[in-house]
Amino acid sequence: MATTAPASTATSSMGTSEVITMANVNKWYGDFHVLKDINLSVKSGERIVVCGPSGSGKSTLIRCLNRLEEHQEGDIAVDGIELTDNIKNIDAVRAEVGMVFQHFNLFPHLSVLDNCTLAPIWVKKTAKAEAEALGMKYLERVRIGEQALKYPGQLSGGQQQRVAIARALCMTPKIMLFDEPTSALDPEMVKEVLDTMVDLAKEGMTMLCVTHEMGFAKAVADRVIFMDQGEIVEQNEPNAFFDNPQNERTKEFLNQIL
Amino acid sequence: MADISNTGVNFVPTEPRPAPASIRPGPMTWMKERLFNTWYNTLFTLVAIYVLATSVPSLIDWFFTSALWSDAPADACDAVTGACWAFVYEKWRFILFGTYPFEQQWRPGGAVIIFLGMVIISCFKPMWNKSLLVIWPVGLIICWILLAGGIFGLDSVPNNLWGGLPITLMLAVIGCGLAFPVSIALALGRRSKMPIIKAFCVGYIELIRGVPLITVLFMASVMFPLFMPEGITIDKLLRAQVAIIMFAAAYLAEVVRGGLQAIPKGQYEAADAMGLSYWQAMTFIILPQALKITIPPQVNTFIGMFKDTSLVLIVGIFDLMFTMRVAINDLEWRAFYIEGMVFVAILYFLFCFSMSKYSQWLEHELHRGHKR
Repeated sequence: MATTAPASTATSSMGTSEVITMANVNKWYGDFHVLKDINLSVKSGERIVVCGPSGSGKSTLIRCLNRLEEHQEGDIAVDGIELTDNIKNIDAVRAEVGMVFQHFNLFPHLSVLDNCTLAPIWVKKTAKAEAEALGMKYLERVRIGEQALKYPGQLSGGQQQRVAIARALCMTPKIMLFDEPTSALDPEMVKEVLDTMVDLAKEGMTMLCVTHEMGFAKAVADRVIFMDQGEIVEQNEPNAFFDNPQNERTKEFLNQIL
Repeated sequence: MADISNTGVNFVPTEPRPAPASIRPGPMTWMKERLFNTWYNTLFTLVAIYVLATSVPSLIDWFFTSALWSDAPADACDAVTGACWAFVYEKWRFILFGTYPFEQQWRPGGAVIIFLGMVIISCFKPMWNKSLLVIWPVGLIICWILLAGGIFGLDSVPNNLWGGLPITLMLAVIGCGLAFPVSIALALGRRSKMPIIKAFCVGYIELIRGVPLITVLFMASVMFPLFMPEGITIDKLLRAQVAIIMFAAAYLAEVVRGGLQAIPKGQYEAADAMGLSYWQAMTFIILPQALKITIPPQVNTFIGMFKDTSLVLIVGIFDLMFTMRVAINDLEWRAFYIEGMVFVAILYFLFCFSMSKYSQWLEHELHRGHKR
């Protein structure tokens, strides 16, 4: 892995099975240039933590990967599928990519189990019984199987976020995106969610995670990406990233949060 | 307390507070606290007591005590100072069923009972399945056969003789029932990214909402036939029904749109991220939540439409309100229009209040599972 600071690509040595490639991606919100010449590639099984100050474009970056946001310039390919306006491509990508949101975004009118089985039943056309078995399997994996028939509003924040993870896993995605999964949680609930994510990482899931949990980054990340003002400023493996940051902006950021 | 610091213990639980002596104040205390606690509350209380004391007894007197509660000729009513309910005894069948042939009025009566029966069973949750898709068409056909006749040995009764309660009920219930899916389509269309669909829905909603119901009814009844090819006519009642559906749909669409906007963006994003199609997301995620939170304004619109059906009289359809007015045109009973108004008002109130109560129950019922 490349260890030099300036971002640009630095990905040539990453291996062959690249599941995500972003090439010269630019995005604007009106006049605001939110992503600037993003080049990034992620190989299968890689765990990536994206950090940076708020407004740096890190959420936008991962939301471009399943087309919750549109990029205006450059190319994004996920699992070999080019993300364009083509709805078929978008649906194909979304079937491969699971996402976990800061505010869980569970469906409050559906039970925990129904939250998990909805997409398998309607998107993947899985039989109901099979989908329910799948849902229970993943709910048990995030250690929440006994709450399957409750409604999201009856669970704590940490439990809800674990349900959200199980819900995403029910689509058996190849890639999981986490958009600040612990930022909306009470401090005592952060650990249960991080533990679940660590388990997932150990199983070899390809993960992109926007988070400020530097302990998590040190424990599981293969690579930490630092973004500021829409650019990837620096990326490195976690030890080097935290112990020996190269860029001034990285140093300043790390000083503030560590 | 002083020696505690020596032992290193710095926490001493306090004695539990005694329970309050009485949670419920006596009636005197309650009145003192709630009704006479300040000079202006005392003033309002006294004024309210005065108004009630002067109005309620005379109302009760008019309605019950001094009223004539039996079947009697109109001149018997001159003797009483209160309400003359003999008017209702005399005219109730005309008010309920209008000019429908008198000896055949069991037919609209039966139709109303079947119709209300269908409405009532549709209200209960265990019935919310495909069986309603059978019950309603079959029930409506039976109602229609009862009213129109012409087969099974029933005399044919043309629908310009229909009137009163069956007309009001059917125009309102079928109107709102069919306006509901149309309104959902309009609301979704108004939020669509497709410019033509959006423009159509915006135009439709703003146009229909911007004109009085009377105008829409008038258009449907007078103008519409002018555009039809010669020889083709569409039944007057059906045209009025379509006009009511169109009108109610425009109002409901804005209610539904409000509900759609109230659903957090995260719900749409979660549905998108899971790969649900637009229609799947709407059907399973967005609409169930949006329709639930808009129950109060929806019922508001339904109640409004129920009463607005009385406007169909301007296109010559005789609803409940109109049959009552015809009933008091009888020279003999002319003096008793207040009794007639009260009778019809009670009928309207029963239906509207039931809708209101049902909507409260429904809100509670739909909310039960996922209340925090």
